[in-house]
This record gives sequence, structure tokens and C-alpha cells, in this order.
Amino acid sequence: MRLELREITKQFPGVLANDRISISADRGKVLGLLGENGAGKTTLMNILSGLYRPDSGEILIDGQARTFTDPADAIKAGIGMVHQHFMLVPVFDVVASVALGAEPVKGILGSFDRASARKRVVELSTQYGLDVDPDARIEDLPVGVRQRVEILKALYRKSDILVLDEPSAVLTPGETEELFDIIRGLAAGGTTVIFITHKLNEVLEVADTITVLRRGRVAGTVLPAETTREELANLMVGRDVELTVSRAPAKPREVVLDLADLTVRDDRGGIAVRGINLQVHAGEIVAVAGVQGNGQTELVEAITGLRHVDSGTLTVGGEVVQNATPRHVADMGVAHIPEDRSRDGLIANMTVAENYILDTYHRSPYSSGVRLNRKAIAEEASKGVREFDIRTPSVETHVGALSGGNQQKVIVAREFSRPVKLVVAAQPTRGLDVGSIEYIHRRIIEQRDAGAAILIVSTELDEVLALGDRVAVMYAGQIVGILPSEQATKEAVGMLMGGVH
Amino acid sequence: MSGLRKRLRPLLVPVLAVLSAFIVGSLFLMLSDLKHLAMIPTDPIGALTGAMGDVINAYRALLLGAFGDPAKFALAFQQGTPKAWTTALRPITETLVAATPLMFTGLAIAVSFRTSVFNIGGDGQFVLGALGASIVALAFRGMPAPITLVAALAGGIVFGALWGFVPGFLKARTGAHEVITTIMLNYVALQIVQLALRTDFLRQSTNSQPISKVLDFVRVPLLIPLPGLRLHWGFIAALVVAALISWFLFKTTKGFELRSAGQNLTAARYAGMSAGGSIILAMVVSGALAGLGGAFQVMGSVTQMSNDVNSGYGWTAIALALLGGTRPGGVVAAALLFGALNNGGHGMQVATSIPLDLLVFIQALVIMFVAAPDLVRKIYRLRPPKPEVVPAATEGASA
Repeated sequence: MRLELREITKQFPGVLANDRISISADRGKVLGLLGENGAGKTTLMNILSGLYRPDSGEILIDGQARTFTDPADAIKAGIGMVHQHFMLVPVFDVVASVALGAEPVKGILGSFDRASARKRVVELSTQYGLDVDPDARIEDLPVGVRQRVEILKALYRKSDILVLDEPSAVLTPGETEELFDIIRGLAAGGTTVIFITHKLNEVLEVADTITVLRRGRVAGTVLPAETTREELANLMVGRDVELTVSRAPAKPREVVLDLADLTVRDDRGGIAVRGINLQVHAGEIVAVAGVQGNGQTELVEAITGLRHVDSGTLTVGGEVVQNATPRHVADMGVAHIPEDRSRDGLIANMTVAENYILDTYHRSPYSSGVRLNRKAIAEEASKGVREFDIRTPSVETHVGALSGGNQQKVIVAREFSRPVKLVVAAQPTRGLDVGSIEYIHRRIIEQRDAGAAILIVSTELDEVLALGDRVAVMYAGQIVGILPSEQATKEAVGMLMGGVH
Repeated sequence: MSGLRKRLRPLLVPVLAVLSAFIVGSLFLMLSDLKHLAMIPTDPIGALTGAMGDVINAYRALLLGAFGDPAKFALAFQQGTPKAWTTALRPITETLVAATPLMFTGLAIAVSFRTSVFNIGGDGQFVLGALGASIVALAFRGMPAPITLVAALAGGIVFGALWGFVPGFLKARTGAHEVITTIMLNYVALQIVQLALRTDFLRQSTNSQPISKVLDFVRVPLLIPLPGLRLHWGFIAALVVAALISWFLFKTTKGFELRSAGQNLTAARYAGMSAGGSIILAMVVSGALAGLGGAFQVMGSVTQMSNDVNSGYGWTAIALALLGGTRPGGVVAAALLFGALNNGGHGMQVATSIPLDLLVFIQALVIMFVAAPDLVRKIYRLRPPKPEVVPAATEGASA
């Protein structure tokens, strides 16, 4: 079916989230909806799925104007949503999860007709090459497959228009490729797909047309064949963006971080890091690439004192620090940008100022031993907010109310607010828009040029290649190769990541 | 919005919740009114007006019982005799006496909740605090009264803190869940009190019941020097402690650690804070507060140690901590409300023969309505609280 949104406007208190937005997608085509966080993508999709009503503007399906009063209306009209956060019951199996809310029934008691539901699930799964085991329990499935279950759910409800909200955010590069194949298959079968993302490469790869949103308005609609990454980034951000922050060649000096035969176990007692040897010098960036779950998380936790080191030695600036407390490690000049900012790095219900001092609160000038010095905290936090261009109404705003990019800047500002000898950054730009990525990359390179040793762990190949003076690849708990940046090509690193060497 | 309205706004929902509880409660008062229910077939209008009249009388008696009778205050001003003043002031002072232990236990639970530790052991910490104070008071008998009193209160704090430390330590070291350990320790505490009350040191030899010697040789000084009024300085102490706890939580380094650990233990750990230390500290402070409440209760209000010194203060405290939004000021307000309901309920029972149990029912309704702010907002068609809006590069609205 052909979908068209005309002049959609939605006002929230203080924010014009959608300002006369018009988009359209033909039957069997993929529309890429590109925009930074806060550009209005999600509001637009909530309008399309019946969660919000627009203040003005129309939704047309095959040329007919429709109004949705609730999500059920939208589903009836053939619109299926796959949310960024999945809506599945972990203990249900695939058939039950898919049929939930639209169960076929049989008999006079109207009991669940599992057999016929299962049949449809199998049919759809085969037809679109989704390859989902209908009897598996949701909690046993990897994230990529759960997402396919969500797609199945939409197809099961006979959706002709499928909306995918940031579908790749939770996927590995391989899973993302598989998802793209599925999207192409769906489109070939006549489904209209709306693909929401902030990643340039993805829309270029999979979309037939690209509409870019910026600050609630359409910044432009382009065809992938006629545009470039640079043009898209410019449309998104409203200025020229350096997609790969330029940096001078590294001038490595003395060894700062030295890992010798480091072995670390995971939570279940299995060996996660298997005798790693790695050195990071002052003035260089070592980027650790690898698919999620190959021991990177445990490696970072061991370095920062959060995880017990089984055997081997770990020194920072010559001092042995394995199994030191996190505070001791931090006091030695180690800055840590943790992997999951809302889980590990910030306290959402506390203010920007309180989060800014989260690991230095016990020191002068913030604390006099017993009392906190509110004035000094507010002053220093305001300084950090200015220096790192953090967009917040005040330092007394709860950090959870900020955008992802600004939250990450709060962490980076905090970690760089004390003297830094070594930076350990895990997934420093996960889920951020291009503008914020550029900014955070530049700050990290500044630290390198100021003489810090930098260890970056990332599952994003682009990031690893953009930042690493040397690229180390982790696979199954080991470092399977270290490449200098001139030899680190996408292909070479990708092969190592897959365990081929 | 003006400054005053902005400050009063958070009070709107709790006040409406209390109002709703009384309205719903009045329906149940009417349904329990057998006399007027029986009249419905013959005289429905008379039954309704009669029942409503009774409800109004009951609530009137409740208010007079909780806060005092204006007529009696007028009389006290005219006559000026101590006896008249005692009669006038008695209801309101008894309300404050009833609120005092609740303020201590409510604050105790609020501190633990702030740290995401669910101290269900307020009861045990309270009775052990009372026991500790009694033991120390008897041991110090004969010393100058101020010294004995201070030592007894300190004894209450130490016993309570110890009873908080045990589950805190177990959780920090072994991961034992504090809900289970604190509940179990409540029973242990009760048995310890039973055991202690059998010893000759504590027991009143002339009494067959397990009850201690009278501790009136070191009573907490009274606030109003009139015979028949029990209000003592423990009430003022509770207010001071509430202010101290507020200062501790929001202005000190340790308080910052506790709040951080309570909001996000992982992030607190990543920031180099000691999670176990925060848990233990929260439980020790919590136990100490409940213990101090028990000490004031036995040294001020009841003057004799027995198992009856506690009447579920540790349990009511859980509701109070939630009612007060785990903020010290809110907890104090909630404790005063419950003190008024408990004390006024006695007045209501005397004046109208409505059983005290219906008052408990209204208390439950208050908790229910406060726990369901969305329901209150729906009933009174209030707008939901505005989300904080971040201008310019915002995603508050869309993401």
C-alpha cells in the first residue's frame, strides 16, 4: 500500500516536535527516515501508529485519509510497528508471542488454537526467510532473532506497512546484514517499509528513498544513488560534519597500560579473557575491535578494578593495579567511559551536577570530609557544562531528561575533569547521532595529543578504524591480531573479528 | 506559576488523597450503620439523612478527639485554671504523643528506602531500642538524672543500630536478602525481650506479667508542665532528628553515597563507591533511629518496658515512608496525620460507638489513594505532572 503523511504537525509543551512534515512511501519500497535524536522521528512514528494524534495534517493510505484514535486502528489499517525495545513475553514461545492479542480460537469455549497459529507462523517465517523456530522460548533467543519475532508479529497481523524504529541499535554487524536481506525480501513481496535510523550507512544501503528530518522539519528528501554520506550528514546536523575526525599521526611514548598474560572470568565462572598481552603507550590510541561478548566487557572491568583478575599482571604507569579498588584505579588517573551509560555511568534521577561529581564527590573542593560543598559543585559542573557544550536547562536538571548525546557528554566531561593518564572508553558513542560522535571523537583525540594513553573498545568497525592508531581484534577472549592503522582495513579487521586468521 | 503555588503543588495530591479516603470511608461508615440501614424500607429519606448525620458526627468527634474542642479552649482562657487547660490541650498533645514513635520509625524506614534497602525490621529495632534504654536506665539508677537519661537514650540507639547492622552486614557480605533477615530478626527481638523481662534485674517482682520495673526515676522531661499531659521532649527530638536526617541525606558526602547507591547501585560501584559500605551504613542509621524511637517511648510515654511498648510502629512506618515520599519532611507530616487518626479515633469511638477498626480502614484508604497518584489525578481531573522540557536540542518529546 502507498503511505503518505501530509503536513503533520505536533506540538508538545515547549517543543514543536513535528512541524509540517510530509513523507511518502510507495508500495514495495523502503523509505529511510534519517535524523538525529530529537529530530522528531519517533513522534512521527507514534502518530502513524495511533499513539499520538497530530495537531494538524493528514495520514493517507492508498490515497484515502485515515484517522487513528488508538493503536488498534492503525493495526487494522495495516500498519505494523517494530519498536526499538521489544514487546515480547520472555517465558512465552514464539507462536504464543506472535499470536498474543490476535489468537485464533476454536471450540465453544474459544480456546487458543495453537496448531493454526503455528501453521501461519511457519508459513510467514518461510515465505520471508525469517528462519525462526516457532517452538523456541523467547528468552532463549538471541536479540537478532527476537527482532525477527517482532517482524513476524507485524506480518501475522497482516501489516502491509512495516515501521522499524532504530532496528540495528541492538544488532551485531552480521545480524544487521541479515536484517537488511529480510527488509529487501519484504519489500520485494509488496510490503512498504519505513526504516528509522540515525546511521548514514544503513539508509544508503537499504533505502529506496531517504527523507532527512532535522529539528522537527523535513530537511530534504534524496535518492541514495544521488547523494553522499557527507551530504546526508550535513542535512541531518545543519552544518558540515567531519565523519572521520582528522588526527595527526600518533607519537607514542612510554608504556602506560601493560597487560601480561591477563586472565579474567565472567559472572558464571567461565574464562572470558584468556591470557591477554597488550601494551598501550602514552600518546596513542589502541582500539579493540570485536563482536560483542568476546571478553571485551570483562577486560574493561578488570582494568578499572571492577572485576577480579584471575592471573597475570596489570600495571598502569608501572604500578601493579590488578584487583585494586575502582576508586584506587580512578585516583591513579584512569578515566573510564563505561559501556552502558544509563546502567553504569549515570544516575538518571539525580541532577547533572550530582552526576558530574559522581566519582570525585569525596575530594576537595566538593567535599570537606563531612559536608558537600554545593556551591563548588554547582560552579564546577557549570564549567563542565560550558566546556563540553552540554545542552541542559541547568545543572539542577535530572540527567535522565537529557538526550543520549548530552548524557554521554556529562560522562566524558566528568571523566576528563580530573588529571588523566589513561582513558578506557567502552562503546563511547553507542546510539549517538553523528554530531555527538564527531564531538566525542575529537575530545578523545585531544586527550591523546595531550599525552594520555587511550584504550577504546568498540563493536562499531567505523569507530575502531576512525580512532585506532593500532587496532587489536578480540575473539573468544584472546587478541587474535594487532594491526597498525595503515593496515587496518575494514576487510582485514572484519576477517579477524569473525575468527579467521 | 507563582513561587508559593509551585511549592504547594506537590501537596495537592496527598491532600486530595486524604480527602478521598474520608469520602469513601464515609460510605463504609454508612454501610456499617445497622440502625439506619434497617430504616430504609420504611423511611428511605430519613435513613439517608440520619446516616449522613451520623457520619458528620463521627468525623466531628474524630477532629475534636485529634485536635481538641474550641469550646474547651475558650473555657480554658476564661478560667485560666490548670485543670481547664489540661482538658483543652489533652487531645492535641496526645496526638503528638501518638505521632512521636511513628516519626522515628518512619524516618528510619525512609533512610533505608532511600538506599534501596528494604528494612522491614523496624519493629524489632524499636523494641530492642526500648529494651536497651530500660537496661541502661536501671544500671545507671542512682546517678544524676540527666546522665542516666542520656545514657539510656544512647543505649536505645546502640541496641537499635546493632539490630540494623546484622542484616546490613549479612546483605553486604553474603547477599542475604534483607527483607527475609529483618522479618526473622523481628521475632528474635521479641523473644529477647521476653527473656530479658524474666530476669530479676528487669522484672517487676510484684507483677505476674512480664513487665519491667517502673522507670519513672528518669522520665524524659515534659514539654508542658501540667498534670495529666504526657507530651515530652521526645517529640521535639523527633523534629530535630528529621532535620538532621534531611541534612545528612542531602548535604553530606555519606548521604550522597547512600542516595547514589539507592538510585543506581551499578553506577555507584562504577564511580568507586563501596556498595556494601552504603548498605551497612543505611541499615545502621535506620536501626539507630528506630531504636531511639523505642528509647523515647519507654523513657517518655509509657515508663515501663514490656512487649506492649510497641504497637506495630515498625510496620506502620513502611506506609509512612512511602506516604512521605521518603523525604524527612513528608514522613513527619505523614506521622502527624496517622497520630491524629489514631488518637482522634479513640474520641470517635467514645462519642459514637463506631469501632476503631473502621479508622484503620480509613488509614488504609489514605495509603491506597496516595499510592495511586494517577487515580487521584483522574478523579479530580488534574493535569499530569509536566515532564521536564529540555529546549533546543531536545529529545524529551520525541525519543
